[in-house]
Amino acid sequence: MIEIKNLSKSFSDRRILDGITVDIKEGELFSVIGPSGMGKSTFIKCIIRLLRPENGQILVDGQDIGSTTSEFTLAKVRRSFGYLFQEGALFDSLTVLENVSFGLKYLTDKPKSDYPRIVREKLALVGLKDVEHLKPSELSVGMKKRVSLARSIASEPKYMLYDEPTTGLDPVTTGMVKDLITDMREKLKITSIVVTHDLKLALEISSRVAMLFNGKFVEVGEPAKFRQSENPEVKAFMEISDLSRK
Amino acid sequence: MKFPMLEYIGCEFLSLAEAMGAAALMLRSVLFWFLRAKFELRETAKQAVKIGVDSLTVTVLTSFFTGMVLALQMGQSMKNLFNEPMYIGTMVAFTMLKELGPVLTSVVVAGRAGAVVTAEIGTMQVTEQIDALYTLGTNPTRYLLVPRYIAFMITLPLLTVFADFLGILGGCLVAMVKLRVSPSVYMNDIFTFLTVGDFMHGFLKTFFFAFMIATVSCYKGLRTKGGAEGVGKSTTEAVVASMVLVMVLDYFISAMLVAAGI
Repeated sequence: MIEIKNLSKSFSDRRILDGITVDIKEGELFSVIGPSGMGKSTFIKCIIRLLRPENGQILVDGQDIGSTTSEFTLAKVRRSFGYLFQEGALFDSLTVLENVSFGLKYLTDKPKSDYPRIVREKLALVGLKDVEHLKPSELSVGMKKRVSLARSIASEPKYMLYDEPTTGLDPVTTGMVKDLITDMREKLKITSIVVTHDLKLALEISSRVAMLFNGKFVEVGEPAKFRQSENPEVKAFMEISDLSRK
Repeated sequence: MKFPMLEYIGCEFLSLAEAMGAAALMLRSVLFWFLRAKFELRETAKQAVKIGVDSLTVTVLTSFFTGMVLALQMGQSMKNLFNEPMYIGTMVAFTMLKELGPVLTSVVVAGRAGAVVTAEIGTMQVTEQIDALYTLGTNPTRYLLVPRYIAFMITLPLLTVFADFLGILGGCLVAMVKLRVSPSVYMNDIFTFLTVGDFMHGFLKTFFFAFMIATVSCYKGLRTKGGAEGVGKSTTEAVVASMVLVMVLDYFISAMLVAAGI
């Protein structure tokens, strides 16, 4: 379980997160939506402590990583996370095989001889075949994202963080990624946090949706409740996304 | 009452102090992971090739022609002074071993390999690849910095030995062809007057230069911000800073070694 209490983060003089408190339960698929530049990526980067919050607690299975400076504590907690980056963040100098097996080397005790098989399995899960020996520069944007997804699930994490998982993807791949996120939750019971500006996606796959606006969650609730929200920011966002009361 | 000039100086001073603090923290982290983590042999070998082997051609050309021009200029000066090109081997070897070998090689490596390191780490920084390392169970210092430090510390001294040898060889060629000095006289001049201490003077300096180039290149790479433009800016800053620091350090380390009798 991830418990976030009074989380705050600023850049220069700008307050990006302003006292956010939320609990993400085991097996839940929690989506954070909001316009671009509102701090959605900052929120998940704080959860995995790629960014250090100024205030607040981040309790992952009871362990507070909000203010710890211990590199070992952070590394230990990060072991239970998978992270899908917005632009993929594949290592340019490594092949697809090396990229996907990277986490296996550092996060698991699996023998090296198993890496090719595991990589092939994970790539097949994201709909890719025979790309193991290609470099990221030889892949399309959509393929990069899928390889990145394969890399983040290779070590079978307990928690998955998705930063704009469908941005830049074609409709077919978007559908595939959507199904994959849902499958991960339903079959593997992985707790997931998705940040996206794709409201339609969030409402379709999530167990709960939160809207981040001006550093705060202005609405948190199940998709059905979220659709009925009277909050002006939520209503405006629904209208822009053309999903009002659908 | 506002004093813009004082404000500017204060800001510059603060950013310098902040940069020095960040560099010190980076060095602490490098030392920590160097002592604690498992040696990344593959990555270190890859970097040694990138930094050392790939710089070989430029080093060969630079040192060989430097040795040639040294012999030519010194030979002409000696001819003007004593009517005979005396002690060419001694002068070329002294200059190459103690100063030009280490300094020129370090400048070449700073310009070529230092730029590659900064651009690579900088690109990784702006494309979130550094963050990805954290999420995949490793630390960027362990995976990126320590192998590069080791590669710089191994390859720069080796390149310098190579440059010393080629510079002396280039000088020998010019002494033989242009100045009509026989190779045996040229070599005799070298071995009569040069000691192992002279070689060590230049050789030891390269370890300081390698450490400094690695620090500047890695630090600038990690501090890169602002996409492709930021990568270009960091790379330029790293190369300029490394080259200037090679010259500055050269004086102080030389003075220190002289004081120590090396």
